[in-house]
Amino acid sequence: MNYRINTSSTPLFSSRLIAVASIALPVLLGLASCGKKSTSGKTGGSHTLLNVSYDPTREFYAEVNQAFAKQWERDHGDKPDIKQSHGGSGKQARAVIDGLEADVVTLALAGDIDSVAKRGLLPADWATKLPNNSAPYTSTIVFVVRKGNPKAVKDWSDLVRDGIQVITPNPKTSGGARWNYLAAWAWAEKQFAGDPAKVRDYIGRLLRNVPVLDSGARAATTTFAQRGIGDVFLSWENEAYLIEKEFPGKTEIIYPSLSILAEPPVAVVEANAAKHGTTALAQAYLEFLYTDEAQALAAKHFYRPRNSKQQSKLPALELVTVDEKFGGWAQAQKTHFADGGSFDQIYGTK
Amino acid sequence: MSHSEVTTESRAVRVLLITAAGGVVTLFLLLPLMAVFIEALRKGWEVFFEALRDEAALSAVKLTLTAAAISVPMNTLFGVAAAWAVTKFRFKGRALLISLIDLPFAVSPVIAGLVWVLLFGSQGWFGEWLEKYDLKIIFALPGIVIATAFVTFPFVARELIPLMESQGSDQEEAAVTLGAGGWKIFWRVTVPNIKWGLLYGILLCNARAMGEFGAVSVVSGHIRGETNTLPLHVEVLYNEYQFSAAFACATLLALLALVTLGIKSAIEHFTGHVANGH
Repeated sequence: MNYRINTSSTPLFSSRLIAVASIALPVLLGLASCGKKSTSGKTGGSHTLLNVSYDPTREFYAEVNQAFAKQWERDHGDKPDIKQSHGGSGKQARAVIDGLEADVVTLALAGDIDSVAKRGLLPADWATKLPNNSAPYTSTIVFVVRKGNPKAVKDWSDLVRDGIQVITPNPKTSGGARWNYLAAWAWAEKQFAGDPAKVRDYIGRLLRNVPVLDSGARAATTTFAQRGIGDVFLSWENEAYLIEKEFPGKTEIIYPSLSILAEPPVAVVEANAAKHGTTALAQAYLEFLYTDEAQALAAKHFYRPRNSKQQSKLPALELVTVDEKFGGWAQAQKTHFADGGSFDQIYGTK
Repeated sequence: MSHSEVTTESRAVRVLLITAAGGVVTLFLLLPLMAVFIEALRKGWEVFFEALRDEAALSAVKLTLTAAAISVPMNTLFGVAAAWAVTKFRFKGRALLISLIDLPFAVSPVIAGLVWVLLFGSQGWFGEWLEKYDLKIIFALPGIVIATAFVTFPFVARELIPLMESQGSDQEEAAVTLGAGGWKIFWRVTVPNIKWGLLYGILLCNARAMGEFGAVSVVSGHIRGETNTLPLHVEVLYNEYQFSAAFACATLLALLALVTLGIKSAIEHFTGHVANGH
């Protein structure tokens, strides 16, 4: 085709040159950067680890990754490259199921890792592989309100008052939202002595006070803190303290009378790690989360560490667990969040 | 020539209309554009350049350029071929082809992304086959390119079809009677006639390819420093409360838009001259 350019008349020459150049130049550029990409991938080799995590852990894992890389380099002589992906916990689990090749998953709740396990990417008994049900740190659900608490929100009963806007993400996609939902449910069961009609009525009124259901905890945080929508934000405890840090003097944290013990679990996605040759690295990475160094980082980012040395900083409150109250995550998932579960029934009739 | 001869409206009405138009332009176009640059520089030039030099930002820029560099030429070739076929020939299924070209405009980008996950994800139609040969499409560069290409599919063709329609095929027919072959007609008759429209289409296609968010977001997997394109990187930074850095990266996209507009008006200016010359 090239010689044709030379034989063409002048006005045509310029336009054809432009056309050819506009096609050829980006292609060359593209090929060049592709080539580079594949070589860097090779040198990265088995020392690249992908941690697929949920929303509010961004800052925590940014520090953990650095600390772990340093330790691994000291012990093994080469520095691992740890990549992060964050989003709503349910969405992230879905992505891993669809082929996002995570070496480790650090999600918001056991139910999400269970659904990854159901696809055969890791064994069904993954939770037994690490101490404390494979949850190296815990957290809970608290209320975040505007400074001075202008709507006088004290407990779960205040959330269903007229004119209160509650911000919580969508339980279908967000792990935090599922903890929010179960915490509210647990309080209502206690309050109404287990009367199912009254519990459902309470949850329905609570959902009616939610103006937007964001897909992840971080999007909901932005809705509340940055865009200034809503009166109460049902938030991860660590996220609540992060908001205070990022938006000083704008918000207040309210501890309700009862909340839920959230145990965000971690696991090696064995099928992917074996394929990448990163099993040892992935295992070491998760075990590192239980060391004093990582536990101190967890405390620093307002998680409740398992290691008792760090624990005193956050206030104690009555916490129920999913196992004793809802019969474990598999059961809770089926009853409340699966298609046709209580959330669909109640939210559908909104 | 005074204004009153051209328009019949009173002076007050004219002032009112111009102010209203100017107000809308300022409010909806200029203000947001300014806000991007002001927010980006709020913490000073140092933070601004730091954000652009960041490894994840550089990788996002590279990925965005790569995706555009592959999908834009693909769509250019397709667009020219489709416009040529649709406007110079009459055949069965022609109307269907025209509708299909418009499909990506009609489909929500998020759906466009999900479709590829359903096809190429591990649980998708071709998931097992891809796994067998260790081919990665979703959550990797190919998926991002495919999603980008899908969304930007109609731009070149849509730009060319009305142009070539209005030009008709008289010149090509004349060339045939003079004994020219297909390629020769294409390069020496068709291309010179459509070159500016083509360039304009490529430009719009490229702008959209680099700015695409929805479809790419679904297939990206959001791996920092690996599968985040520039628009996705902006979202990540925004979600991490790094507002200045987010806006700094957004300025790159805004600059791209401005450059695109600049070239576009240059083309219009140029073609205006060409038309006068004829």
